[in-house]
Amino acid sequence: MLSVNGIHTFYGLSHILFDVSLTVSQGEIVGLLGRNGAGKSTTMRSIMGLTPPRQGTITFKAEPITRQKAFLLVRRGIAYVPDDRRVFADLSVDDNLEITFRRNEDWNKERVYDLFPVLGEIKSRRGGNLSGGEQQMLAVGRALMSSPELLLLDEPTEGLAPLIVRDLEKQILKLRETGISILLSEQNVKSALKLISRVYVIDNGRIRFEGSLADFEANEEIKKKYLMI
Amino acid sequence: MATLNIRGKESWLVPILFILLLVFPLVLTRFYTYLLALIFVSGLAAMSLNLVLGYGGIYQFHHAVFYGVGAYGAALTITKLGYSPWIGFLVGPLLAAFISLVMGAICVRLSKLYFGMLQISLGSLVWAIVYRWYSFTGGDDGIHGVSMPDLIGSTTGSYYFTLLVTAACLIAMYLIVKSPFGSALQGIRDNPVRSEAVGVNVKLHQLVALVIAGFFAGVAGVLFIVVDNSAFPDMLFWTLSLEILIMCLLGGWLTFLGPMLGAAMMVALRTFASTFTEYWTLIQGIILMLVIIFLPEGVLGYVNAKFKQLGNLASGGKA
Repeated sequence: MLSVNGIHTFYGLSHILFDVSLTVSQGEIVGLLGRNGAGKSTTMRSIMGLTPPRQGTITFKAEPITRQKAFLLVRRGIAYVPDDRRVFADLSVDDNLEITFRRNEDWNKERVYDLFPVLGEIKSRRGGNLSGGEQQMLAVGRALMSSPELLLLDEPTEGLAPLIVRDLEKQILKLRETGISILLSEQNVKSALKLISRVYVIDNGRIRFEGSLADFEANEEIKKKYLMI
Repeated sequence: MATLNIRGKESWLVPILFILLLVFPLVLTRFYTYLLALIFVSGLAAMSLNLVLGYGGIYQFHHAVFYGVGAYGAALTITKLGYSPWIGFLVGPLLAAFISLVMGAICVRLSKLYFGMLQISLGSLVWAIVYRWYSFTGGDDGIHGVSMPDLIGSTTGSYYFTLLVTAACLIAMYLIVKSPFGSALQGIRDNPVRSEAVGVNVKLHQLVALVIAGFFAGVAGVLFIVVDNSAFPDMLFWTLSLEILIMCLLGGWLTFLGPMLGAAMMVALRTFASTFTEYWTLIQGIILMLVIIFLPEGVLGYVNAKFKQLGNLASGGKA
């Protein structure tokens, strides 16, 4: 479904990603694991067209999407939940959901509120007044409003209380059941391992490991060297 | 969210205010009726700017251009082309919207201050054309004595026309601000990148907002013709843009009706303070400084916050 082939991404003159390649197939959750500053978010931003790669190609459903504008990618079926999960602080929960581009009627506000009942109770509250967990749910819900086929989730559990992390994990698994493919970037390896079926490990802008969950679990060296577990 | 904030318990304020405004010309002298009409005109211009400035976060520094183009569009259609004033009233706003579309399409590629600077330059170009093209626009002299239909020819007639059109424009703008388009616009103000990531075509949204704002500024320009029967190049000069901007800041640029209040303060200040001293802008400057220091969200922003506090207290602290 998504295929990233040898991308090189720069911030100004700094070379951040080196020859990063990865794939995500229909209906699977793929983990992109790495330490802080490893290049996880930059990979996400490169795919989403927010920091376009200088070299390499990205295809989605066999069509090239390299360097396409973010809003056009949303219309093609990719949704992105950024790591700083900034919701629109001045808009209500309802309005935050409403401004998303709707590709079709698969997802609507009611369905988002079904998935995250907490949000349904605070529809008219300002985004800026939500707790961290609520903001994260809203950010995921907002992404779902575009009825995506591929969801880019950048560190959804960052800075959340363990109880809320567990809640969120359940909801992400529920999403997989609906057939959405997810590329999940995480520092919190323990949480990610409960969700994903395949693993990429990234460090210093290079993919260091690629394989199934079982391969990863068995590979102590990789875990120790790049993730310090 | 920055809103009208006269909902709920205070919603009766709007009809009462409107009825009062309807009755005013019966009790006020012609001068005050004219002054009120002028406040509506300036207020509408300021509110149209606030649509893109306050709600869209777009630094439209030279908004008076569209106000002036609206006025000239109507005045020239009536005096030079000889069409009925009613047609002129339509041509003005449409021309302003068109100019806004052209300027917007060029400027929208840039953001923040760079947008503002390019917009000032392009706006000044329009001003220069109007100022220099003596044979068509009357140059420095402007256009005077634009004839109006009998119905709105008198001071009272023009007042009611201005009041009704302004009210209609406010309702239209309120609906726009409350629509999903309005939410998206505020989302763009908060964070354009994030908006793009949820599928909003940021540049297109901004352009549409600019055209809408240009249109309403054009309406304000037409209303000025109705009230004053004249158009002059100063209506497109950048100092007037600054004045409109100050109205927004003074009244509260994050509130819906703030700019209207700012306009009332500015027009009143200019009228009354200038009878005492020719240095009335000094008074204006001091007031503006005080507002910025003590009421950074403008006068209406402050009042709204106080209302909210009172409401919270009344409901036992529940927000």
